[in-house]
Amino acid sequence: MAEIALANITKRFGSDTALDDLTMTVPNGAFVVLLGPTGAGKTTTLRMVTGLDTPDQGRISIGGRDMAGLTPAQRDVAMVFQQYSLYPHLTVRENLEFPLKSPILRTPKSEIARKVGEVAEILQISHKLDNKATALSGGEMQRVSIGRALVRNPAVYLMDEPLSSLDAKLRSDLRIELKSIQANSGATLLYVTHDQIEAMTMATHVGVLDKGRLVQFGTPREIYEDPVSIYAASRLGQPRINILPADVFGAAPAGAAWIGLRPEQIAQGQGQDSFVNRVEHLGDQTRLHLSFRDRDLITVTDPHTTLTRGDVVRIQPRNPFYFDADGARLV
Amino acid sequence: MAQIRIDHLRKDFGSFNAVKASTFTIEDGEFFMLLGPSGCGKTTTLRMMAGLEFPTSGQIYIDGEEVGRKPASQRDIAFVFQMFALYPHMNVRRNISYPLVSQGMKRAQVRAKVAEVAGILGIESILDRPVGGLSSGDRQRVALGRAIVRDPKAFFMDEPLGALDAEFREHMAEELRALHDRMGATTVYVTHDQLEAMQMGDKIVVMNHGVVEQFGVPQQIYDWPATRFVAAFIGSPAMNFLDFDGTVGKHATSVSFGGATFDIPEQLDGARGALTLGVRPEHVHLSDAARYRGRIVAAEYLGTTQIVTLDTAHGQVKARIPSHERVQVGSTTGLDLDPRKLTLFDATTGRALVSTANQGVLSHG
Repeated sequence: MAEIALANITKRFGSDTALDDLTMTVPNGAFVVLLGPTGAGKTTTLRMVTGLDTPDQGRISIGGRDMAGLTPAQRDVAMVFQQYSLYPHLTVRENLEFPLKSPILRTPKSEIARKVGEVAEILQISHKLDNKATALSGGEMQRVSIGRALVRNPAVYLMDEPLSSLDAKLRSDLRIELKSIQANSGATLLYVTHDQIEAMTMATHVGVLDKGRLVQFGTPREIYEDPVSIYAASRLGQPRINILPADVFGAAPAGAAWIGLRPEQIAQGQGQDSFVNRVEHLGDQTRLHLSFRDRDLITVTDPHTTLTRGDVVRIQPRNPFYFDADGARLV
Repeated sequence: MAQIRIDHLRKDFGSFNAVKASTFTIEDGEFFMLLGPSGCGKTTTLRMMAGLEFPTSGQIYIDGEEVGRKPASQRDIAFVFQMFALYPHMNVRRNISYPLVSQGMKRAQVRAKVAEVAGILGIESILDRPVGGLSSGDRQRVALGRAIVRDPKAFFMDEPLGALDAEFREHMAEELRALHDRMGATTVYVTHDQLEAMQMGDKIVVMNHGVVEQFGVPQQIYDWPATRFVAAFIGSPAMNFLDFDGTVGKHATSVSFGGATFDIPEQLDGARGALTLGVRPEHVHLSDAARYRGRIVAAEYLGTTQIVTLDTAHGQVKARIPSHERVQVGSTTGLDLDPRKLTLFDATTGRALVSTANQGVLSHG
């Protein structure tokens, strides 16, 4: 259990600046998810903390201890990667026991058995404990590699897209499990993903990265309901936030170049005419693809709406976001 | 433009039966989804329609003509694969014009046709670029261009978006659907992604173990699944299943188990034994007054809504409720199930019991 502090981290790969003066604190006991498209610097940040890469400039500390010059093994971190890495000649049980069998730890046998049993249960692999690691499916191997991190009691857990290779059902089960393991153990967890559902449902805090910079840090609710920019607003929300010229519905505040509307910020049945291009039934929600003054926008309506293509829907903004020409939020 | 009719189609590979007696019809101009988990027979079905495999038995009609034994080249269809196979030594224009040139079309006509297709796909500016340096999105557009340019009767696509990352996939899905809306050509699309199927399809066939489980309009399949497999496969989170032993009388409008009684749509058949009550997460409402109780074990914020997971006497139940409703993890609450939206399943066969609510959907499919 420890706080992770990154101060003014810069990292270049040749002429590419992967991290650009990044400063961020992962509070003790927090579950921090880094969000951003490919190339934003998520994985590089994680590798800096693990010690697999070293920053060109800046300082990293874990629990107040400066990490400069320390190897990954000396940092007391547990890592899970997208690609599982198991010992193929060992059974699942032996793979899970391995981190506990280090001679330095001197973990009693009964304690090892208890820990392994508990983690296997959580990850739904108890019935496979005596299988060879190579006799598992991809999803099972990934659960074992998550398990290998969980049996330990490190200062921090670092995970890079650990659920992305699993099927939908297992992913949703493990989201809840990971979240409750972290909440109950009070562990500090830094987590990288492309998947906004994972970010929203598990994170205590989300760090939004853009071209190697931290542009917003806050709870998922803060990022969703109070984004600092078009970029941050576009990271969360399905369907995506609609961004239109600020004056498309009429007068806009001074300095506003863009108006941002999430589905719940579009009032239906009042205001001005828009036309239905397409009605998309997704089961639990139905999306309306609308055309308003030659602009496309997407909103959500009652699942059993009778609207069809060509119908007119009156819409008007309700507490919209406004952004300036650079995409920064006007408050 | 074509109607495609599949009649008792079957395919065996040695002793393995990949597709068992599939029957369904794809209407002219439809965007039609073949959906199911890996190994369900969806790709084999598509390959038989395309002429890349020959059926063991059964018929395939394209515009009324039986084509089951015709090779792919004589069916006038275009196939788009998951991996975009482009000629790496040719530029974009030559890649797109290749199918026309090899048909012997005149050069002026080819130029006009390629320009038209490039306009539809918005790739005019890259026509003279080599395909090597293109982004994955542009490569995909070029591959589509090569399919579109021939004006085939139908497009067949096998997981064309499977290799793309989530954000980009959503964008390309919208683009593909908009393209279909402009061109109106019959399209058959294979996917294992239920959301993609719901999002893009006019109709869906859900397959499992070589069998067509259900066939119909996305929202109807979602609301009134014919089998427990379909109910679990479509929707995220999946439908909740409460398993119980009991009796449901003919014309029953309620069912009782676990000390609670739930109103249900009027049953037309009745059943006894191992049964399952299915309810979608958005039809579970939390209410302190409700008799059926559950303990809240997790709440997941999703922006507009949140998913609340509860432990009940019949297993875990997930509820989708507005995110402004306050919930306390660890507390106990009551669950109300929307009586108009419930489906009962025979737990042994997995088939939905027919009620006044689902009979319309189940009778045609």
